[in-house]
Amino acid sequence: MSIFIPIVPEFFIFLSAVTLLVVGLFVKNIKLIINLSILALLIAIVLVFMQSIQTVFNNSLVIDEFSKVMKVLILMGSLSAIVMYHSSRKDLNIDLFEFPILILLATIGMMIMVSANDLIAIFIGLELQSLTLYVLAALNRNHLSSSEAGLKYFLLGALSSGLLLFGLSYIYGFTGNTNLNLISTTVTSGNIGLIIGIVFVCSGIAFKVSAVPFHMWTPDVYEGAPTPVTAFFALAPKVAALALAVRFLVVGFGDISFDWQQIIIFLSLASMIFAAFAAIAQKNIKRLMAYSSIGHVGYALIGLACGTAQGISSLIIYLTIYLAMNIGVFAFILSMKNKGDYFENISDLAGLYKTHPYYSLLITIFMFSLAGIPPLAGFFGKFYIFIAAIESNLMLLAIVGILASVISAFYYLRVIKVIYFDENKNSFEGFNSRSLNILINPSAFLILAFCVYPVPLIAISNYAASSFF
Amino acid sequence: MSTLPILSIIIFLPFLGVLLLSIINSSSENGARNLKQTALWVTCLNFSVSIILLINFDKSNPDFQFVEKYYWLSSGISYHLGIDGISILLIILTTFLMPFCILASFESIKTSLKEYLIAFLILETLMIGVFCSLDLVLFYLFFEGGLIPMFLIIGIWGGERRVYSTFKFFLYTLAGSVLMLLAIIAIYMKTGTTDITYLLNYDLEPSLQYIFWLAFFASFAVKVPMWPVHTWLPDAHVEAPTAGSVILAGVLLKMAGYGFIRFSLGMFPIASSYFAPFIFTLSIIAIIYASLVALVQKDMKKLIAYSSVAHMGFVTLGIFTFTLQGIEGAMIQMISHGIVSAALFLCVGVVYDRIHTREIDRYGGLVNRMPIYAFAFMVFIMGSIGLPGTSGFVGEFLVLMSLFSINTYFAVFATTGVVLAAAYSLWLYRKVIFGSLIKDDLQDIMDLTYREMIILFPLVFLTIFFGFYPQPLIDIMEPSTTQLISNITDDLTLVMPSTIERRVY
Repeated sequence: MSIFIPIVPEFFIFLSAVTLLVVGLFVKNIKLIINLSILALLIAIVLVFMQSIQTVFNNSLVIDEFSKVMKVLILMGSLSAIVMYHSSRKDLNIDLFEFPILILLATIGMMIMVSANDLIAIFIGLELQSLTLYVLAALNRNHLSSSEAGLKYFLLGALSSGLLLFGLSYIYGFTGNTNLNLISTTVTSGNIGLIIGIVFVCSGIAFKVSAVPFHMWTPDVYEGAPTPVTAFFALAPKVAALALAVRFLVVGFGDISFDWQQIIIFLSLASMIFAAFAAIAQKNIKRLMAYSSIGHVGYALIGLACGTAQGISSLIIYLTIYLAMNIGVFAFILSMKNKGDYFENISDLAGLYKTHPYYSLLITIFMFSLAGIPPLAGFFGKFYIFIAAIESNLMLLAIVGILASVISAFYYLRVIKVIYFDENKNSFEGFNSRSLNILINPSAFLILAFCVYPVPLIAISNYAASSFF
Repeated sequence: MSTLPILSIIIFLPFLGVLLLSIINSSSENGARNLKQTALWVTCLNFSVSIILLINFDKSNPDFQFVEKYYWLSSGISYHLGIDGISILLIILTTFLMPFCILASFESIKTSLKEYLIAFLILETLMIGVFCSLDLVLFYLFFEGGLIPMFLIIGIWGGERRVYSTFKFFLYTLAGSVLMLLAIIAIYMKTGTTDITYLLNYDLEPSLQYIFWLAFFASFAVKVPMWPVHTWLPDAHVEAPTAGSVILAGVLLKMAGYGFIRFSLGMFPIASSYFAPFIFTLSIIAIIYASLVALVQKDMKKLIAYSSVAHMGFVTLGIFTFTLQGIEGAMIQMISHGIVSAALFLCVGVVYDRIHTREIDRYGGLVNRMPIYAFAFMVFIMGSIGLPGTSGFVGEFLVLMSLFSINTYFAVFATTGVVLAAAYSLWLYRKVIFGSLIKDDLQDIMDLTYREMIILFPLVFLTIFFGFYPQPLIDIMEPSTTQLISNITDDLTLVMPSTIERRVY
């Protein structure tokens, strides 16, 4: 049994999920299942903190500073998604006890992705996560758009998994190893077969993080899936897939970064520019957030493209702040309800500040922060990303990134404009939800407080990045 | 006194006022009055703190005083505050104008008064922060952060085309500033610090200076504003509520002038010297073009907005002459413009509150019903023209004199701006104040109330006082300006010994 000790958090979540599945069959109390799964995630966070740094299963899983930090972020994201689900399950007609269990299973997959140091482990983690996500997207099966979202996500996701697996097989074929550390000792620059493999793997990962040009599914799935699921998509899987990309590229191919850097640069440039323009025309706030997340992934990829300690550290800072902003925004979107009906159009927010001045202020903070306006946290996320880019001489990325941030400021401002400058239309009762307030208020506080006391997050991200360099 | 962090106090006192305002119940019977009084007292208190600052300020010391430094983002990026003779004047201008802004909003703001006052106090915090920062990142934080409250002020309490104007304002300014952010990061990478006191004495190589200078220029040129990126200003001014225009003209434009002096001149002297003719050309185009455009305006606020563009053209001219008189002239012009154009916007606000139009044609013959108003308006119009005896004269005269010593052609063109200023200002005054009172809705218009007199007469006094006796201003800024110029001259002679001589054509 001692072999399982290093992976206690994953194992614990797995046992909880299986137990809850059985309990759920007999006890028709969904609230109990939700509470227990939240408890399981909280315990898992503690267990992650307690882990010691080591390798497991013949070096196919690694527990290092980076994976610990990323796992905590993922667990936070999953936790928020379950809380959001709790607040909306009755009204959204998804009152199923499987939801928290599926989230737990996806979380295990993502934790394996973060730790994976072996091509096979990478694929297992990724598929465990993807399969549960397909189910989650189609959770509201009586609803046409939700089924459509699930099917679309499944088809495209299966294709991308195929690309990824194809790429992994090329890499194995040209290096003779599946372990990333061993691969890194044998790679040579300019090996065409290897480059083909990297291109395919990068395409697969780009699909998972919804980077342009593999972003097509994102707006439809975000819009179609039930909002708590959308929130979950925007939070944890992005972090996990980016973490996987970091470990795969930096550990496995850090020595030939010249060969893959331009792929990441292209993905990053395309995502930033495309998202900035495409989001302008959106009317649905979930679609808007889909394009927003595409853009933010573009910025995060700048950190990866640098491939330096500063780059990875800035990526972690960016992801953390991104997580806080998105938790806040999606909790806000879930609050836009009245008498059991959910509103999703930006125009439904018109004149909100007359009826809900406090929540208007909070969404204003989130929007300005997403736009990257100082002194809010979103600014510092971009600031560190650009520091890394300029340090690595990626001036093009920095300049395009900063110009794209000006363009994207326009559509974030549009939300604020609707809230403050337009005539009042609706009044929402969802803001009284206690469980959503648990999410909105702390995330707004973190975004505001970061500029006053930024030291902890910077220290944590440097600590995490130190595991590679 | 030395242990008290007085700069932090002066920055964050308005922010405490925000917290105070947010707990006041605005819907109660005296709610609106309580809110107004609280905001007014907070700004007055902050003004008195700035007076204490002035009393304790050592005028003979050219270096930064009241310095505070704490660890912030990294060892190179710290929370570093300090002021010298250049920034203290602008801080006092800010704290001085704020109570007038609050007073001017007493009657005109009907909706969401609480949010309005909160936005103004946050804006005050950010504006003072800009002038106190001795760290580039901190400076950028305050500089950009000011966009958020201003965006809301114009957008919520503005006129008909407020949404268009506020988006234009926000996006123009943001687009200009982000390049500065990249330059700041590049400087950080190059030197390992963003500490301004260190960078002022750091000799960057000229090739980098040019790039950084252009990046900073992009930001300040939009903010000043210089031709051809000035178009956001008339829109923003016209649609903003009166107090918003006052702050915009009085302080926000000065941030860019301050930025030119502190950063462009202080940190990139070689690039500044290289680009000076470019700045002169743009400034002169701005002066002449904006004045001509002002001549054909139908809207009072728009006319004053264009006159602001022209006046700020003198500021940039003065700054890039690299002479003591030029920079001091630019500083006095900024202070004077801060007082005069702020006062002109307040004057427009006075009549706008009465008959709700800013169209020049709708007025005429106001002198018959409003003699006191006519007097105050006249003083500010004279100040705007730059008539001897008003503060506007001192600044423009010093700038033109120093410009003349450098290049006669530029000086000749710039001087035409003074003539044009007289043309549009007198035309405005004649159309609004003189003539016969024939418009129906003007027949029973009332003269200034006591509240309005309290607002306008201190400004009348200052306009005339600094016109006759600008010495107090010069005393405060002289040591710091002298040191700045000697630093620049050292740098220039070090790198290009012939530059100084060559620049006198």
